[in-house]
Amino acid sequence: MITNESKLNPNVFDTSKLEQKPTRDGFGKGLVAAGKADERVVALCADLAESTRVEWFQKEFPNRYIEIGVAEQNLATVGAGMANYGKIPFITSYATFSPGRNWEQIRTTIAINNVPVKIAGSHAGVSVGPDGATHQALEDIALMRSLPRMVVLNPCDAIEAEKVTIAAAQNGTPVYIRLGREKTPVFTTPETPFAIGKAQIFYTPSGDKRDVGIIATGSLTHNALLAAQQLEGEGMAVSVMNLATIKPLDAEAVSQFAKEHGAIVTVEEHQIAGGMGSAVAECLAQHAPTPIEFIGMHDEFGQSGKPAELIEHYGMGVSHIKEAVKKVLQRKS
Amino acid sequence: MAHLSDEQVQSLQLMATKIRISMIDMLAEAGSGHTAGPLGMADIFTAMYFHILNHDPKNPEWQDRDRLFLSNGHICPIRYTTMAHAGYFPLEELMTLRKFGSRLQGHPEREKLPGIETTSGPLGSGLSQAAGYAHAARMDGKKFRTYCCMSDGELDEGNSWEGIMFAGNNKLSNLTAIVDRNNIQINGMTERVMPLEPLADKWRAFNWHVIEIDGHNFQAIVDAAEEAKAIYEKPTVIIAHNIPGRGIKEIEFDYRWHGSPPGAGPEDVWKKADQEKEMLKGLRTLQGVIEAGHGE
Repeated sequence: MITNESKLNPNVFDTSKLEQKPTRDGFGKGLVAAGKADERVVALCADLAESTRVEWFQKEFPNRYIEIGVAEQNLATVGAGMANYGKIPFITSYATFSPGRNWEQIRTTIAINNVPVKIAGSHAGVSVGPDGATHQALEDIALMRSLPRMVVLNPCDAIEAEKVTIAAAQNGTPVYIRLGREKTPVFTTPETPFAIGKAQIFYTPSGDKRDVGIIATGSLTHNALLAAQQLEGEGMAVSVMNLATIKPLDAEAVSQFAKEHGAIVTVEEHQIAGGMGSAVAECLAQHAPTPIEFIGMHDEFGQSGKPAELIEHYGMGVSHIKEAVKKVLQRKS
Repeated sequence: MAHLSDEQVQSLQLMATKIRISMIDMLAEAGSGHTAGPLGMADIFTAMYFHILNHDPKNPEWQDRDRLFLSNGHICPIRYTTMAHAGYFPLEELMTLRKFGSRLQGHPEREKLPGIETTSGPLGSGLSQAAGYAHAARMDGKKFRTYCCMSDGELDEGNSWEGIMFAGNNKLSNLTAIVDRNNIQINGMTERVMPLEPLADKWRAFNWHVIEIDGHNFQAIVDAAEEAKAIYEKPTVIIAHNIPGRGIKEIEFDYRWHGSPPGAGPEDVWKKADQEKEMLKGLRTLQGVIEAGHGE
């Protein structure tokens, strides 16, 4: 059942009753709020004002909006210069281009330089849909979490994306915020707790039994919740943790969760190599060795299609999560 | 234009020579590092720190200081040496270059050494940072100027031209770029590796004011910096025609010295100890242009 402290939308399991919104909308809203709260916040755009939702900020604060053109290396480095001066720049584009194309500039001029640029990468995951493989960022978490000083945030819905954006503006470090293009269920509420670095448990079985723990990040967290509820109906005791902060990892909560359940499934819309599941595996191998099954992209690129059919095709649907839970349960000693 | 007196010119020349000598000693001690570019930029760095920049070596974080970005971080030996002579840190610290625990990293890092302004090394990213900085400063009505020293070789990088386009578009007249036009890069002469000419026309086409100077003429350096301040509608680039390795006759113009420290360069040049002495003597007298005696 849904945990009390998570304060999720009561209709979380009735998807038809949930509002559908992309996480980029939450970002756009959060950026305006962050801009109102702190005049040092500026937004840089690489010719994608509408689709990254940065145009909402532009309308509110035209003098704090900087057009870069289609030049992601410049996006990162102009942002680095502005942050070095004392601004809080949000640099916005698609994740394949930023932090994809401009990774070295991010490494040198933002991370080594240690200036608080906030990188918002939209259109992450295969759920980008018809644009195809070139525009579906599936390696961005790996690129960003390997950089010292970089905080990596991946919100599960539009409401959490808004909180993530507001928090990122004020944390004082380089941050990567991963965002999606497609509308996804809004199942958290403004009261759902969020803090950078804190994992949240959204679902626990009603009894004391603990079979498998699912750790999910991004909008697939909703699929993980649906899977957990269905599995409970089938007599299995499954919990769901929402890991919005991939770095710094909440190692204590993740280890405790693994110890309580003895088997873990990780769920993310990213390459399995180097993603959130890898971060969890690194943590557990050291602190609480546990069998893990990984839901994500198995070393392949996406393709054009409808978001939902791509999620199914690449094995990230509710049924796949349920299979992974059953599989890891078999491996549990 | 502010005309430099003969005494001022000679004083800058003497300082530049002292700085070159300290830098050669520093590089020899480090055993690695770049030689040609830093020697070629010695006059410009001397002019910057001892005449042009509004700065305070005892208060490197002073809010109203002019900012000097170095885009081609590999020529940091000349920046470190000039800063030491200007009083940012003790001269003895130069001997720590590239050593474990040193503030003088092989490529400069902002958080290691106050006054360095930004981290650089990977080429082509400094001008964009300087442009972002200048843009932010203008948003807040700040009066200081932002300078960016960069190399000609790094104009091969697309990021450089993205920055040039951005600064031109935003009419960042508080930004001055200084290009070390020494015509060499690691693989050879720039015009053989990847031709840049017509370089001045390219900058003009990107809406910059262009000044071309002899980068070893102090009056020309100072005049160009003054002229840049007077240009209100555009950013200014000073294309400084420099001699790589300037000050040591035997290595001037030789691209093989781009990335080699003294003592480890092309075998035919620096292997004989007596020749090394001759070369340093040549440096100390600027090939006989000035009297020896200082810095020895």
